[in-house]
Amino acid sequence: MSLDTSTSGFGWRAVQVFTVLVYIFMFAPIVVVIVLSFNASQFGGFPMTGFSLHWYAKLMQNESVLRAFQTSLWVAVVTSVVCSVLGILAALALVRYEFPGKEWVNTILIAPALVPETVLGVGLLLLIRFAHQPRTLWLLVLGHIMLALPYVVLVVQARLIGVKRVYEEAARSLGANRFQTFREITLPLIMPAIVASVLLVFTISFDNITASMFWRPSGVETMPTEILSMLKISISPEINALGTLMIVVTVGLPLLGGGLARYLARSAR
Amino acid sequence: MTAAAAVDLRNVTLAYGEFVAVKDVSLSIRKGEFVTLLGPSGCGKTTILRSIAGLVQPTGGEIDVAGRRIDNIPIHKRNIGLVFQNYALFPHKTIFDNIAFGLKYRDVEKSQISAKVTRALEMVRLPGVEKKLPSEMSGGQQQRIALARAIVIEPDVLLLDEPLSALDANLREEMRTELKIIQREVGITTIFVTHDQDEALAMSDRIVVMNKGLIEQVGTPEEVYRRPESRFVASFLGQSNLLPGRVTGVAEGLATVRLDKGHDLVAAAPASLKNDAAVTAIVRAQKVVLGPPDRGGPKGRIISTSYLGGSAAYFVDMGGITLQSIATIDDRVWREGEDVSITIAPADVLLLDEGGHRLK
Ligand SMILES: Nc1ncnc2c1ncn2[C@@H]1O[C@H](COP(=O)(O)OP(=O)(O)O)[C@@H](O)[C@H]1O
Ligand SMILES: [Mg+2]
Repeated sequence: MSLDTSTSGFGWRAVQVFTVLVYIFMFAPIVVVIVLSFNASQFGGFPMTGFSLHWYAKLMQNESVLRAFQTSLWVAVVTSVVCSVLGILAALALVRYEFPGKEWVNTILIAPALVPETVLGVGLLLLIRFAHQPRTLWLLVLGHIMLALPYVVLVVQARLIGVKRVYEEAARSLGANRFQTFREITLPLIMPAIVASVLLVFTISFDNITASMFWRPSGVETMPTEILSMLKISISPEINALGTLMIVVTVGLPLLGGGLARYLARSAR
Repeated sequence: MTAAAAVDLRNVTLAYGEFVAVKDVSLSIRKGEFVTLLGPSGCGKTTILRSIAGLVQPTGGEIDVAGRRIDNIPIHKRNIGLVFQNYALFPHKTIFDNIAFGLKYRDVEKSQISAKVTRALEMVRLPGVEKKLPSEMSGGQQQRIALARAIVIEPDVLLLDEPLSALDANLREEMRTELKIIQREVGITTIFVTHDQDEALAMSDRIVVMNKGLIEQVGTPEEVYRRPESRFVASFLGQSNLLPGRVTGVAEGLATVRLDKGHDLVAAAPASLKNDAAVTAIVRAQKVVLGPPDRGGPKGRIISTSYLGGSAAYFVDMGGITLQSIATIDDRVWREGEDVSITIAPADVLLLDEGGHRLK
């Protein structure tokens, strides 16, 4: 009864209304983009004139969009692979071993997640200038690795702390060497965290725009920068279709990852 | 060092930084023997076990297992069976894969592996659970699987670190018996760690009583219980009265000890006892016999009574000295405030010197 009165008063109503308004403010633009991507009209705005997949078809024929997609995909895949290998090794070292300067290494690995992206973007660019190196696609990959590595380290570290050391000790006492112990025991037990962090890294790389603007070689576009440059010319309804696809990838992948991680975690128990 | 020793520790010392957890421990264990490291929490028992297993590196001394020096070789080449307090079964592997794990790294044929796993499961009385996951088993079952996993590799020595302490009381007692039976059957040299004296007394061939990183006494359960070598052992095992006093006379194998409040206690005199020596008399609570007040000897009054079913524990005031007494209940339980007579046989009194060591 007392619960009833506390959730039916005027104050509570106001909170409910306000919450709904906030959600509308946050999600309405996304909904608009998705809805308009199926609009038959020539113009990228309301009113709707009918349902059509026309803009998706057009997108598939747009050479520069396809090229940007390929670039983004390639960068994201390389970044994911490199980050997971480096991230697992770093997390292992930080959780399982003692070495001088451990705190410093930890701080430096995590730092890129705390520094504003613009600063990182300019910084890395200046460094490359200073070293008289050309701006290649590898610079972009390197930058994305720097941006995403902290998340792998953090996620894997958290899981590794939860994996009791006695499992590894038991394996070693039974005759497995360090590598066999890692392969048979540690790796399967941290697999949920690895899957989750790889998908996270993929998403971070795939939809990064701020830093990518600094790092991409001239003439090369990633998906987000391609959208930006398309916007400079006109608001074509194609952009709505592209935006919808981006949303599907960047929301769908983490959801998929989360689900997979939970599934793996359950079967690892 | 004896040639036949299955495990031989020589002057093993281990420091964690400044803190010395194990001090100059020497111990020789025969093949097939069941030896228990007993002592309060933090006295270094686990550290000794982990040194033998190779999970920590001693800062000094040598360790031999099965006639081979092992303290300088890596863990996975030591052939040692290890059972942890919380089982440490691999959660993502089936029972079969858990038990077969150690066999994979030995030259055992595929066909042999499954036969050995089956036999190990029969030995711990859990046949047919090969396909289950550890999470599907109860605590007691998991501990048996852990035991099977350690035994199946036919280790030179089996190390058990408080393996029963995570189980509830009934199961613990059952597992105690069973563990002992399995150990006998296999004939495996075993080092068992516990802080539970009942466990140690019930299971061991020999008990190593430890305190603060040092060995206090090594002996059979009966020896350490009945003839404690030091003040620590006497107070750690069982309930004892520790009564400080001074020797006032030695004659015909009997010594008279004047206790603090002026009481005289007669003790069997050890050969090395000197007249006028400061001593501590030790009397087990079970050896303080209470009787009706009209029986001769010193008198006392019951301060408190704890009824324990088959027996009762009393605190008795003997003219300013509080004594602990435990007696099986034959006819009656003494109530608080009742007067009693107190009898202590000279043979039941042990004497410690000023340093806390037993006089011989
Ligand atoms: N890794 C460690 N670092 C520092 N001190 C430790 C470490 N492991 C154990 N100790 C200390 O060493 C002492 C002995 O520990 P341990 O062998 O675990 O005792 P027990 O098993 O008898 O309870 C304890 O005081 C404990 O705090
Ligand atoms: Mg311990």
